[in-house]
Amino acid sequence: MDARRGSLPVPRVRQVGFFTPNAQPAPTRSQSGPPDSSSPPLSDSPASNSLSPVMIPPPRHHSDNLAAAPRPTSPLPVPEPSPFRRRGADNNNALLVGSYNPAETLLAMSPSSSHVGDGESEETMSGGWFRRSNSGKLASSLPSGTFDFSPVQSTAEALKPNKVQNPVGISEVSARPAPKEQQPEAPSSSKQPKPKLTKAERRALQESQRAAKAAAKAPGGGKSVAAPEEVATIKSVKQHQTQKKDAPQVAVSVAASERKGGDKSQEKERRKDAPAPRMQFDDKSRVEKAKRRSVVDQTEAKKRVELFRHLPQYEHGTQLADLESKFLQLDPMHPAIYKVGLQYLAGDISGGNARCIAMLQAFQQVVKDYSTPPEKTLPRDLTAKISSYVSFFTQCRPLSMSMGNAIRFLKNRIAKLSPSLSESESKSSICTDIDRFINEKIVLADRVIVQHASSKVKDGDVLLVYGSSCVVEMVLLHSHELGKQFRVIVVDSRPKLEGKALLRRLVAKGVHCTYTHINAVSYVMHEVTKVFLGASSVLSNGTVYSRVGTACVAMVAHAFRVPVIICCEAYKFHERVQLDSICSNELGDPDAIGKVPGRMDVNYLNDVSNSGNLQLLNLMYDATPADYVSMIVTDYGMIPPTSVPVIVREYRRDHLLI
Amino acid sequence: MPDVQALVNDFLNKLKKRKIEGSQATAKQTAELLRSVISQQRVPYTNQAGALIDSVRAIGEQLIAANPIELAVGNIVRRVLHIIREEDLSLTTAAVTELNLSTISDDDDDDGGGNQDDHPVLSAAAVAAAARSSLRPPSLQMLLEGAPEFVAVPRSSSSGGDSEGKSKSMDRNSRTRKLKHDVIEAVNELIQDITTCHELIAEQAVEHIHQNEVILTLGSSKTVLEFLCAAKEKKRSFRVFVAEGAPRYQGHLLAKELAARGLQTTVITDSAVFAMISRVNMVIVGSHAVMANGGVIAPVGMNMVALAAQKHAVPFVVLAGIHKLCPLYPHNPEVLLNELRSPSELLDFGEFSDCLDFGSGDGSPLLHVVNPTFDYVPPKVVSLFITDTGGHNPSYMYRLIADYYSADDLVVQRRHSAVN
Repeated sequence: MDARRGSLPVPRVRQVGFFTPNAQPAPTRSQSGPPDSSSPPLSDSPASNSLSPVMIPPPRHHSDNLAAAPRPTSPLPVPEPSPFRRRGADNNNALLVGSYNPAETLLAMSPSSSHVGDGESEETMSGGWFRRSNSGKLASSLPSGTFDFSPVQSTAEALKPNKVQNPVGISEVSARPAPKEQQPEAPSSSKQPKPKLTKAERRALQESQRAAKAAAKAPGGGKSVAAPEEVATIKSVKQHQTQKKDAPQVAVSVAASERKGGDKSQEKERRKDAPAPRMQFDDKSRVEKAKRRSVVDQTEAKKRVELFRHLPQYEHGTQLADLESKFLQLDPMHPAIYKVGLQYLAGDISGGNARCIAMLQAFQQVVKDYSTPPEKTLPRDLTAKISSYVSFFTQCRPLSMSMGNAIRFLKNRIAKLSPSLSESESKSSICTDIDRFINEKIVLADRVIVQHASSKVKDGDVLLVYGSSCVVEMVLLHSHELGKQFRVIVVDSRPKLEGKALLRRLVAKGVHCTYTHINAVSYVMHEVTKVFLGASSVLSNGTVYSRVGTACVAMVAHAFRVPVIICCEAYKFHERVQLDSICSNELGDPDAIGKVPGRMDVNYLNDVSNSGNLQLLNLMYDATPADYVSMIVTDYGMIPPTSVPVIVREYRRDHLLI
Repeated sequence: MPDVQALVNDFLNKLKKRKIEGSQATAKQTAELLRSVISQQRVPYTNQAGALIDSVRAIGEQLIAANPIELAVGNIVRRVLHIIREEDLSLTTAAVTELNLSTISDDDDDDGGGNQDDHPVLSAAAVAAAARSSLRPPSLQMLLEGAPEFVAVPRSSSSGGDSEGKSKSMDRNSRTRKLKHDVIEAVNELIQDITTCHELIAEQAVEHIHQNEVILTLGSSKTVLEFLCAAKEKKRSFRVFVAEGAPRYQGHLLAKELAARGLQTTVITDSAVFAMISRVNMVIVGSHAVMANGGVIAPVGMNMVALAAQKHAVPFVVLAGIHKLCPLYPHNPEVLLNELRSPSELLDFGEFSDCLDFGSGDGSPLLHVVNPTFDYVPPKVVSLFITDTGGHNPSYMYRLIADYYSADDLVVQRRHSAVN
C-alpha cells in the first residue's frame, strides 16, 4: 500500500477526502477498495453496479467531473452555453443509465450543490471531454483557444484523480482549497477558505500517514483491509495512538489535526449529502462526527449488543421530547418534513409504503414552498435541501430501502430538470413527478399485485399471513370481495403485535380468521395451503428483507411443503445483496422486549434492565433466503426469486424515468 | 385407606387443574404419591407383586387420565411398575438360587452364593442386575462346549404372578415385608434420581460447551440453567441468546437467572431466532418429554428453532432427565400430545370478544385463537440427547428407554383403560 500511495500524484488528496465530515458517502464509494494504481479503471466500479463493466466508466467520470467542475467555472470567460448544455443533458442521461448505485448518484449531485454560480456549463464541458478521453491524457489535449490558463490547469488537476483511478474523486475536489484561492473572483460564497498548507507540510503529513499506517499494520494487518472505507478516519485515530511511540511524528500529526480543523467548514457543506445506507456504527470517530451534526439528540444505549455494534443503538423515547423542544430553533427545517420525521420517530407511521408516501408528500410540500435563493440554481439547491432532510429522517429512523429508491428517483428528476424551465415550471414538474411515482409505483402497483395474487387464492384455501402487510391485506380483502371462500391464519409476533390490527380489519370485513403467535406456526402449518408474506425489500440475490419473523414463517412453510408467496412492489427491489440478517438490520427499542403489555404475571425483566450481563435485543428485520420463496408477486407479474436481478436491471431505467 | 385416597384425589385435582408446573415436579410428586400408595397397600400372602402392580396401575390410570399430556406421570407409573417387577424377580431369583444351591452344586456358584449371602443388604437394583446377568449365557467357553444352561430355564419363566408358587418354602412374612421394603427403597432411589438428574446432566456440560461459544435456547428449563451454569463454573466464557418463548415468556425468567449467575445473556424475540441462528454455535434446549422414536415434545416454538438450526447446520441438543423418557411412540403428536391454552395469553380479554362470540350465519365464530403449549420436534432434526446416562443419538433412544420400562406395562396401561 505504501508503494501505491507513493505513486499517487496528489497524495494528500485521498486523506483529505476521508477527513471530510460527511461520513456517509465515503463508505459506498470506497467499497470498491483502496485506490489501486495498477488496476484498470473498471475495477473502481462499485460491486453493486449491475451494469456491464463497459458501461461503468462514464458515470464515474461524470461524478468526478460534476464535482470537479464548479471550481474552474468562474474564471472561464464566457462559455458558450447552448452546445454544452445539450451535452450536459447527454451527460445526465448517461449518468442515469450508468450509475445504479444510489450513493453514487447522490454523490454526483450533492457536492456540486455546495458550489454556487453558473458552473453548469463548465461542468457539461468537462463532462464531454471526459467522456471522450477517459484518462489523464486529456490534460494535455485540453489547451485549446477557448480556455485561458487557469482553467486548464485546474481541469488538469481535476483530472488527476482519474489518472490514478482514485474513486474518491469528490472528496478530493472539495478538499482542495488551494486553487480556489488563486481565483478570488470565484463566487463560491458559501465556502470558507481553508488554511493553506505549504508543500512541505503536505509532504510531512503524507509521510506521517505512511508511518502511522505501517505502525498500525504491524499489530493488526488485516484490519485496514477489513474496513477500507474507514482507513482514513481510523488512520487519524491511529496517528494519535502512535504518537507516543514515534516522537518525530508529533509535529506531523499536529499538522494533521490542523487540517482537520480546516475541514470543518466543508463539513458543514458536506452534511447536506444524502447518507449512504450503511454507516458502520462501531467506528467511533465516525459516530462522533455523525453525532456532532445530528439534529436529533440521541442517547446511546448503555448496553449494546456486541454482535450489533455496527448498527445504531440508541435509547428510545429520549429524542422525541428533545426534538419537539427544538422545533422553533430548527428554522431551516420545513414543517412538513419535521412532522413526518416526528411521526417516524414516534412510530406513528410504519410500513414501507406508508413511510415512503409520507416522505414523498413531505418533499412535495417542500418543493411547493420552495423558492430558489439568489445566486443559486434550483436543481442544486433543492437537491442539497432534500439531502439534508433525508439525513434528518435517517436520524429519526433509518431509511428503508424503498425510501432510498424513492429518494434516488426524486433526485434524478430534479437533476434532469431542463434548465430552460422557469422556477415555477420546475416546481410543478417535480410535484407531478412525485405524484406519478406515488401513483404508479405504489398505488397502481399494489392494484396489479392484488390482481395477480388474488388469482392464486382458491376456494377452500387456508392462507397464512404474518404481521401486517398492506399489500397482503389488500389481496385478502379483494379475494374476499370476489366471493372466494377461504380462511386466514394471522400469525403475529412480539413486540409490535401488528397482526392484531390486521386481524381487527379482516374480521370487520367478515373474513374467517385464526390468530396465533409465531411460536405456534408449526402447529397451524399443517392445515395451511398458501403463505402470503409482505416484504420491506427484495434484494437482488432473491433474499427477502422483511419484518423479523418472516424468515421463520417461510422456513416452517418450506419444511411443510407449503408454497410461500411474497407480495412486493418492484420499487422496493434493490440491487444490494445480503446473506444474513446481521450485517444490515435495524434495532428497535430494547425495552419493548422486557415489557409484556396486558400480562401482569410476566414481569421478570421489569427490574433487571440495568444489570450488566443482561441485554435485550429487538431486531426489526430479517433476511429470508431465496430457497424458501416460491414466488414473488410484483407489479411486473409473478416471478421466481431468481428473477429479481433481472427486474432490477431491466426496469431500473424505466423506474427512474417514469 | 382413606388417607391415601385423599392424597390421590388431591394430586388428581392438581393435575386436572394443571397446577403442577414442569415435568420434574410432576414426576417427583407422582413417585412420592406412588410410594405412599405402596407403603399403605396391604399385601396378601399370595401374589404380593401382582397385588402391588394392580393397585399402582389402578392409581396410575387415574393419574394419567387426569393429565394425559403430562407424560411424566405415565413414565413414573411405568417406572414404579417396572421396579415392582424387578424386585419381585430378584427375590424370586434369590429364592430359586437358594433352591438350586440346596439341590445341585451350581456352576456359577460364586455368583449365586454371593446373592444368597448378601441379598438382605444388597440393593434391589444390584440384585436385579445380577439376576439379569445370570440369565445370559455365562461364558463363551460354555457356549463352545455346548454345556446345558439348566439354570436359565426355570428363572426366565419365573416372573410376576406365578413366582409365588415356587417360593412356598420361603418364609412368607419375611418375603412380604421384604418385597414392599425393597420396592419402597427402589422408589426412593428413583425419587433421588429425579432430583439429582440436573447435576448428572450438568456434569457433562464441559464436554459440550467451549470457550467463546454462542448458545441459543428457548423458554426456560431448570436443566438448561444448570447445564449452562456448570459450564460457566468451569471458567468457560460464552454468550447465551435466550428466545423469550411467548406466550409464557419463561425465557425472561431464564435470562434473569443466567444474568444473575454472571453469564452474558441476550434476550431476543422468538421471531428473531432465524435471524440470530447464523451466529449461534449450538442450540441447547430443555424438553417436555422424549418419545421412544427420538422425537421431542417441547415448549411451543421449538420446532421452528430446530428447523432453523438444521438449516444452518447448528447442533440441536436436547437435555432430558430420565423421567422425561417416554416409552410410547407418538402418533400425530402435534395434536394428540398437545394442549391448547387460554386465548387470553394472546389477546386481552374483551379485545375481540365481539368477534369471538358472534357467528357468521352458521353459528361458528369468525375468529379462532390458537395457543398450543407444545411443539413436536421430529427426531431427524435433533442432533443429540444428553441424559443423565450420557449423550445419545435420537435413533438410540428406544433402546435406552427399554432399559427403564418393562414391555408389559407399555400397552397394558392402554388396554386397561380401554376395558375400564
